[in-house]
Amino acid sequence: MKQLSLEKLNDLFALIGQTEALYLPVDDAAGQAAYRRWQPGYTLSKALNTVRSAKDFFFPQTENLVDFKMQGKSIEVIDPRTEQENFVLFGVRACDARSFSILDKVFLADPVDTYYQSRREHGTIVTLACTRPEETCFCTVFGIDPAEPAGDVSCWIEENTLFMKANTPKGDALLTLAAPLLSEGGDDAVAAQQAATRSVLARLPLAKLSLDGMGGESMLKLFDSDKWAELSQACIGCGTCTFVCPTCQCYDIKDFNTGDGVRRFRCWDSCMYSDFTRMAHGNPRLTQRERFRQRFMHKLVYFPANNHGEYGCVGCGRCLSKCPVSMNIVKVAKALEGEVK
Amino acid sequence: MNSETLIPKIGVVTDIRIDTPDVRTFRVVGLDGKKAFEHMPGQCAMLSMPGVGEAMFSITSSPTNTEYMEFSIKKCGCLTDWLHAMEVGQQITIRGPYGNYFPVETDLKGQDLVFIAGGIGLAPLRSVINYVRAKRGNYGKLQVIYGSRSKEDLVDYQEILDEWMADEGVEVNLTIDREEEGWDGHVGFVPNYVKELEPDLKSKVLVCGPPIMIKFTLAGLKELGFTETQVYTTMELRMKCGVGKCGRCNIGNKYVCKDGPVFRFDQLDELPDEY
Repeated sequence: MKQLSLEKLNDLFALIGQTEALYLPVDDAAGQAAYRRWQPGYTLSKALNTVRSAKDFFFPQTENLVDFKMQGKSIEVIDPRTEQENFVLFGVRACDARSFSILDKVFLADPVDTYYQSRREHGTIVTLACTRPEETCFCTVFGIDPAEPAGDVSCWIEENTLFMKANTPKGDALLTLAAPLLSEGGDDAVAAQQAATRSVLARLPLAKLSLDGMGGESMLKLFDSDKWAELSQACIGCGTCTFVCPTCQCYDIKDFNTGDGVRRFRCWDSCMYSDFTRMAHGNPRLTQRERFRQRFMHKLVYFPANNHGEYGCVGCGRCLSKCPVSMNIVKVAKALEGEVK
Repeated sequence: MNSETLIPKIGVVTDIRIDTPDVRTFRVVGLDGKKAFEHMPGQCAMLSMPGVGEAMFSITSSPTNTEYMEFSIKKCGCLTDWLHAMEVGQQITIRGPYGNYFPVETDLKGQDLVFIAGGIGLAPLRSVINYVRAKRGNYGKLQVIYGSRSKEDLVDYQEILDEWMADEGVEVNLTIDREEEGWDGHVGFVPNYVKELEPDLKSKVLVCGPPIMIKFTLAGLKELGFTETQVYTTMELRMKCGVGKCGRCNIGNKYVCKDGPVFRFDQLDELPDEY
């Protein structure tokens, strides 16, 4: 374990920021935390988490896939990618860190998505342990321990000290870079903080959420449940839940006429939208009921069916706090509980 | 598969055949004049015109055709309107092949085969029919039951007359929805015609057509005594990536682009009814 006085935190950021692009949660004017590229004067947000998840760094909201130049009947295909720079993502919470491994199961499965892969290879993830989880948090339901977050480097802040532990070769490299500022020690302080955090976690209102019976075995029973009509009644199909969700990974591919050619890009899409599955001959998900059902079936049933029981949710609680009609995965899971018992 | 799967290759359209008032068959080769890639019967490819759109189409030519690929495409949206308006020599983009295929080298090998198609549903089955015709010794009797709204809506009509009907051991049964002048063949919907024809119960059956036709055909086959494990179909849903990542063509936990498009009906039974 390494340690650093918080008074020197900006020196650490400056040191890392000199050699690599460093991103960290910073409060905006409205007091909302968002990842920003570090520059002198920025301070680490004290918010529990960023409004948007950290998935942008690996699966950006929009990105260019391919460019085309057209002349007469001919087309030229151009790969628009430039070299990916190394970057460090500082202050990622345990829930978002787990979301990367869920996204990996989609984007790194054969055939590998090389756009995503390149960012994963060039990014170093520095996670920060939670000490004051909120009532919307339920990461422990998914076996995530926010007192011991995964990542290339795990950090803890206790009183006036930052403690850091490298978990991977990338993490070792980062701590080697930061070595001039670091000293040894802190195991006891971290262990004490972890014990305190874990006792809070056990008392969170959603800590005992049960997902028993979810997963592939219950696919038809859950799909055919008559609960979906009532659950989806209030959904306005705004897609906010998919937008803030760290594991939602559906995308659209669109073309844009640049005046000089055509740029094909991909952007986040949402299964909550009516035209997501609309085809020339019709739409298999005609009403919000079907679209709402798809989102939760995907996270609680389809994804685990394809990934050895792992759910497509990390319990970050963003959908709980952001849904304009107060509908969320916790209410869905509770409502469906009776269906599979 | 090319790991840069979202970056397409260039395809050159070398021939356009007008099949019906709303179906054309496009012949496509790569920039080097050869086939853009190899495929198996039932697999699909993403075709696009940059700036217009990109969509998934079944490859209607047989893999045994070593010179080019063909796509029979119905005019029904932005991209297909554009494709129907283009001229020979036009370049388009192509990527693939995507999805699984009819098990022509395993479950279907050595079997009597019945192909049942409605309208443009013949397009994916034509790939299998011509594959099986090219490797005739590997399969038993072949029966093609094909119907469309009218005579002029029969896709591949000339090829059916000139080649399929001329083959020994291939029975072709055509039907159209309503009586018309110059047609002395069968009149009526495909599902009823299948029941009248009573295909051999030992056969494996491959069905493709409009959802309603598939539904009634399957019901009819069951009445005749066929089981769902004998009947295959090919599905289509909206797709963007073609590799199971963009998240929209799923039926339950299966992605039509990657785990399909070919399914046996007993496999579909295990999935939610959402297609």
